[in-house]
Amino acid sequence: MTRWPGSYPLAFLVALLALLPVLVLFELAVDPSSELFSSRNLDLVSNTLLLLFFTVVGALLIGVPLALLTTYVRLPFSRIWLILLAAPLAMPSYIGAFTFYAAFGRGGEIQNLLGFATPSVNGLWGATLVMILYTYPFVLLTTRASLLSQDASQVNAARTLGMSLPMSLLRIALPRAVTGIAAGALLVALYTLSDFGTPAIMRLDTFTRMIYVEYNAFGLNQAAFLSLQLLAIAGLVLFLESRFSATPERPGRTLAIWPSSKQKILLALVLSPVIILSLVLPLAVFTLWLIREGSGGFDISYAWNSVHASLLAAIVAVLFALPVAHAATRGKIGRLFERVTYLGFGVPGIVMGTALVYVGLKLPVLYQTLALLVLAYVLRFVPLAVGAVRSTTEKLDNSLINAARVLGANRREAFRRVTLPLTMKGIVAGAALVFLEAMRELPATLLLAPTGFETLSTYLWRVYEAGYFGRAAIPGLLLVLMSGLGLALMLSGERRMDFASDGDTD
Amino acid sequence: MLKVSGLSLGYGATTVVEDFNIELGDSEVLTLVGPTGCGKTTILHALAGLVPIDSGEISLNSWHADANNLVPPEKRNVGMVFQDFALFPHLTVEENVSFKLSDPARASHWLDLLGMSDFRHKKPSTLSGGQKQRVALARTLAHQPALVLLDEPLSNLDAALKDSLRWEIKTALKTAGVAAIWVTHDQEEALSVGDRIGVLQDGKLIQLADPETCFSRPVNHFVAGFLGDASYIRGMLTNGAVKTEIGEISAVVAEGVQGEVDLMLRPDDMRLLLDSEASNGEILWARYEGATWLYGVALANGDSVQVRTSHEQKIESGQKVLLQLTSTHPLVAFGRD
Repeated sequence: MTRWPGSYPLAFLVALLALLPVLVLFELAVDPSSELFSSRNLDLVSNTLLLLFFTVVGALLIGVPLALLTTYVRLPFSRIWLILLAAPLAMPSYIGAFTFYAAFGRGGEIQNLLGFATPSVNGLWGATLVMILYTYPFVLLTTRASLLSQDASQVNAARTLGMSLPMSLLRIALPRAVTGIAAGALLVALYTLSDFGTPAIMRLDTFTRMIYVEYNAFGLNQAAFLSLQLLAIAGLVLFLESRFSATPERPGRTLAIWPSSKQKILLALVLSPVIILSLVLPLAVFTLWLIREGSGGFDISYAWNSVHASLLAAIVAVLFALPVAHAATRGKIGRLFERVTYLGFGVPGIVMGTALVYVGLKLPVLYQTLALLVLAYVLRFVPLAVGAVRSTTEKLDNSLINAARVLGANRREAFRRVTLPLTMKGIVAGAALVFLEAMRELPATLLLAPTGFETLSTYLWRVYEAGYFGRAAIPGLLLVLMSGLGLALMLSGERRMDFASDGDTD
Repeated sequence: MLKVSGLSLGYGATTVVEDFNIELGDSEVLTLVGPTGCGKTTILHALAGLVPIDSGEISLNSWHADANNLVPPEKRNVGMVFQDFALFPHLTVEENVSFKLSDPARASHWLDLLGMSDFRHKKPSTLSGGQKQRVALARTLAHQPALVLLDEPLSNLDAALKDSLRWEIKTALKTAGVAAIWVTHDQEEALSVGDRIGVLQDGKLIQLADPETCFSRPVNHFVAGFLGDASYIRGMLTNGAVKTEIGEISAVVAEGVQGEVDLMLRPDDMRLLLDSEASNGEILWARYEGATWLYGVALANGDSVQVRTSHEQKIESGQKVLLQLTSTHPLVAFGRD
């Protein structure tokens, strides 16, 4: 007897909705004027791929050594170092790009303040630098997770057999972390592909920037055509990612290296520049502007607009996530639905925006409404909610509900007293993740926010376009604050894993 | 020759090992035994240089380490056999064994000796637990360490395999003529493979002697109970003998002990007689062990002891018996305080 679980029809509808943007783009992109091999298009492809390549290489060069350091070396305040080093991940890179753009170069804030000129940061190198600084934590965290799962004894064995520590790490520890490293590199690649703010601010013509340019020039078909190309590359990255599966190791005690006090100072000196560039610089620039220009031009309604739209997105995303997460634990077809909803993750915000703008044009009821913007947020970020809800429903053993039923609770009471309390944590975490992501989202918001509906991120963008940089202080600092909250949420998951590996001396 | 003096270390505020002293002969096998969490693995890691020490000195032939001069593991020429074998999964058996060897002949030598030469091109994941342990041992010995540290080498193996592999490892260590410290929480393993035994409790070495001495003359209740079943009967100590319910028994005691004492009895120090007129005890319970029976016997004064008899002597609970001492050596007695 095969009965479809009750969550399937709802999950099916969500999955269908998730497919919508891609289907729309295909219809929209049918345009004879588009040429795949025009020189301008080839420029776009090469710019995008160069940025991708250099960013991935740079993120690996910074992320892997930092993962080794934070996992194995017993530094004082190691928790704080880890949080600071992972923090750039939570910051939208356009914050970094904006402040780098304003701080460096002739007439930049650094020259204003310190009197000497610094080389300006823009173009391919500027975009690469900023992307590396805000994506290396992907590599840091995935590599760290791999390293944490390794038992120390193999490296210890290599050392007692006469191999030096650096060689042991290189030949024994890293080869086993290669899937983690690769997973991080692919996340970096995906993030770099979909990022709009950084190349746009650094004036590097990548797909995301040109989609926006085309949209503004009423070339919606061209924008859709570019979007599909970008999606194809992103799809390739996602496909590669699915090929990597880690072989689980027997968990054990993590390697510990105790540095001497001289080495500790040296390490702090090596770690500081990364933190100064990615965290201190943006904060310093915003603070400088706040002191110099106050809250000029900023209207508190921008913040409320952000909160309003993001809150709606969080609520809807969780409502969507519940049937999908439930379906995913019930069978193969359910897992397929879940997979489809993950599509939103691979769809860059600017592409999502383009697709939904077209939906708005076709369905005038939705045109220029908040609903369309909320839908964009939901489709992009519903995977976060699904993941968070699923992680708790998975742990919810059927036997627990059965136990409640046997003890005399009816179906409704079992749900209220067992299922709900146990999944509540995932629901709240999922909603919070979606909320914080939506608060910081830029490209889809730029395309879809109803006229006059200014949010924190779109206001920051207008300030950049108008060149009144100083006015970015308040929205910038608020966005950084949102990022901090997002980070706290993200790390609370890893902390438990971390503690489990400490202690245990015999 | 290994010399450890005043070794202490801990993690953060907790002391794990306290004032550990030991000297080890050139081909001596020392077993370190103690309950989980007593610091035995930590001692091995300290000797290998894998954790820093807080105080004390360690020296072995060519090097000398203390808290300020931590010799790195690769400079110590100390081999280690890990509880989980720690074979490198991406290397074959042969590549594992000749990891840092300049002369691959030594790898073949040890693989041959441990019966693993047929597996030289296999990956560790295809081996059984016992085979992995042989490879791990071959790898350690092929690198010609001056000292071998074995961290619960048999704890991940089946009971059936433990017995035979125990002797294989001991034989290999003696063939290599290398000093070894063998950590275990299994008292039987410790007693049978060690030339000497060190018993650890809460990070302190409380007895260090040959196996017979540790077993028959433990320094306290903890050692007595940890190394085997121990029962106690009360009695008065006078002139080197203890007057007990089952007669006067000559005893050894620590200096200064007098008056009422606890005399320690192992289950095979005694026998049970049934058909005699007299009786001094009553069977409380009986456990069949296959080759033997183990009986709990209550004495008139309320003490109870455990006695092991041959499988042929089956006695019902509640039966009156005569408990008789069969051992001829003096027994250990502890002061009651």
